[in-house]
Amino acid sequence: MKPLSMMTPGRDSTVINVAGGDCVTQRLMEMGIRKGVNVKVLQNDRGPLIIAVGEIRMILGRGMAHKVLVNEVVLE
Amino acid sequence: MNVGLIGNPNCGKTSLFNELTGARQHVGNWPGVTVEKKVGKYTHDGKSAVIVDLPGTYSLGAYSEDELVARNYIIQERPEVVIDVADATNLERNLYLTVQLLEMGIPLVLAVNMMDEAQKRQIGIDIQKLSQRLGIPVVATVAPKRIGIHELMEKAVRIAEAKPNESFQINYGETIEREIDALVHIMSDSVELKRKYHLRWVAIKLLENDKYFLEEIKKTPKAILIKQQLSEINNRISQSKGEEPETLIIDKRYQFISKIVEASTKKSQAYAETLSDRIDRITTSRIWGIPIFALVMYSVFSLTFALSDPMIGWIETFFGWLGELAAVGMTSAGVSELMSSFVVDGVVNGVGSILVFIPPIFMMFLFMSLLEDSGYMARAAYVMDRLMRALGLHGKSFISYLIGFGCNVPGVMGTRTLESRKDRMIAIMTIPFMSCMARLPIYVLLAGAFFTGREGIVIFSLYVLGIVLAVMTGKILSKALFKGDNSHFVMELPPYRIPTIKGLFIHMWEKGSSFIRKAGTVIFSVVVIIWVLSNLPAGVEYASADSYIARLGGAIAPIFQPAGFGTWEASAALLFGVLAKEVVVGTFGVISGAGEDEAAISSAAAQYFTPLSALTFMIMTLIYMPCVATVGAIKRETNSWRWTLFAVGYTTVLGWFLAVGVFQIGKFMGFS
Repeated sequence: MKPLSMMTPGRDSTVINVAGGDCVTQRLMEMGIRKGVNVKVLQNDRGPLIIAVGEIRMILGRGMAHKVLVNEVVLE
Repeated sequence: MNVGLIGNPNCGKTSLFNELTGARQHVGNWPGVTVEKKVGKYTHDGKSAVIVDLPGTYSLGAYSEDELVARNYIIQERPEVVIDVADATNLERNLYLTVQLLEMGIPLVLAVNMMDEAQKRQIGIDIQKLSQRLGIPVVATVAPKRIGIHELMEKAVRIAEAKPNESFQINYGETIEREIDALVHIMSDSVELKRKYHLRWVAIKLLENDKYFLEEIKKTPKAILIKQQLSEINNRISQSKGEEPETLIIDKRYQFISKIVEASTKKSQAYAETLSDRIDRITTSRIWGIPIFALVMYSVFSLTFALSDPMIGWIETFFGWLGELAAVGMTSAGVSELMSSFVVDGVVNGVGSILVFIPPIFMMFLFMSLLEDSGYMARAAYVMDRLMRALGLHGKSFISYLIGFGCNVPGVMGTRTLESRKDRMIAIMTIPFMSCMARLPIYVLLAGAFFTGREGIVIFSLYVLGIVLAVMTGKILSKALFKGDNSHFVMELPPYRIPTIKGLFIHMWEKGSSFIRKAGTVIFSVVVIIWVLSNLPAGVEYASADSYIARLGGAIAPIFQPAGFGTWEASAALLFGVLAKEVVVGTFGVISGAGEDEAAISSAAAQYFTPLSALTFMIMTLIYMPCVATVGAIKRETNSWRWTLFAVGYTTVLGWFLAVGVFQIGKFMGFS
């Protein structure tokens, strides 16, 4: 388990928990980032991340990405 | 019949609205807030309906002004029916809003839009099954091709007439249901609440910690009891479930939605790289992101001027011809000299000198719409995140600044999409430093007259100066005034789309026409006032040193003496420029009687300035107090007179100090 902000671009992961203030959690959940959902990190250099949640592409600030805990999914 | 149109951002709602209403749209503001309200009329087969476009929103919470506006409209205005637009390619997330609407218990029709995109991505949606499971009519649509539009409206009309009374409920599980029942029981004797809302919905909203309803129950007789009950519930649920009630509720809604989606859609695979993703790998890359952005911006600005230049010429020629025609016509008709001067010097010259800016303004808005509708704007926000961080903001706010280059008013209004108050305030306070299209004519005029051959670099430096000032003041504000308040950057990246011509032009017209309205009302009146003041007291020579305008300008001129432009003409121009910055050039046009001809105004203006004082005058025009329309927008957006006065005060003081500083240093260094 690690924060989404530590994921390598191109890898898939499953969301385990969205920590942080309830306002952040609520917002992220409403936008589709919630427990059990598959998230793929597309860009992760210094600034905000670009992620894919199903068909949705999103910019996610690094601070927020720290709060999303994921498990890396290893695809065969 | 009133129809509310609601949906997530980027679900194609705007294009559906455009197709439903054609060009019959009216843009206004929602009462009390500056969120844009678009209303249009749909007519088909003799039936007509008023369609209200609600702000794009993910949820009906109370985070941002947009969400509140959408919700309040539905609660308070009670439209006969609401059409919820969902993006067929992300049905699951879009249905989250649908479920919230269903819980409110309002007449609802669902449009599953962008069906063609879904088909392309091999997502099959069984519309009938979806309709069955949700218990509301569902129509598949492809807005730009007008597929499903009339069927959608037919179903909406039918629902509005039938007023179905089935109640929709999600089972939130034993623990939460028990608390909902308890809350409903406590609230059941509040007549006021009962009249306005479904109590079950209120109970759910309270459990979700909804600020609006927490306020609303304060008015009920059992306010204290409810508050107490709520904190007990929160403790109880957090302890037994290890989670807050609000996240449990959201989870349950999604579980409910997942079941529906599973039953009604077929999806081929989890993730597939799209063309958009491939483009993004370049446009958002560390190496290419900024160069591409710079190239795009450079093209926008240079194309704006290149394309509008010939049109400016036509307008100049037209007004020159009109002025002459009027002068000749009135002389031969025996109209008094005063009246003739009013028409020629005042109306034709004054208005003409402003109307020449219509082409660049419309071009600018056309390119802005192109950036927005194609999806590039969101990428620009990502790329510019680092620069915005220097201001203490994040990338999303960049869009407001970019719009601010067109006009500060929509720029300030655009800040409403920023969720944190800190971000909004900093953006609102610094957006006026963006050189808007109204300030450009002054630069063009003075740089053309005094810096021939170097106009480009002078004008460019002024734009850069504005950005530098915004960064500096933003930094100071975020350090000094808004400590701690954290901001969250989360934003959807819509797939790239080829914008429709119709969409672009509607968009451009909406933004640009407000300038024409401004030119027709505010600017026109100011021009008339300037002409009158130039002719009074009676018998004075037009715009001579004895006229009222000279005395008025002369009274404040000493203030600007140390900045090098202590003439009454320059002071009067700045004074009236507050009403609309376009007027600064217009004032020179009217006072000098030079009209709309750029060269004539240019040579007329030359007598009031030296190269150095022309530069400091341009600096002053850039920085000093925003125009009244912007001040009004600042007042509405900050909802505070203190902040508004602060914005007016600090910009003016800063402008004066910079102008004086540059002039004195320049003089010291031997420039004149």
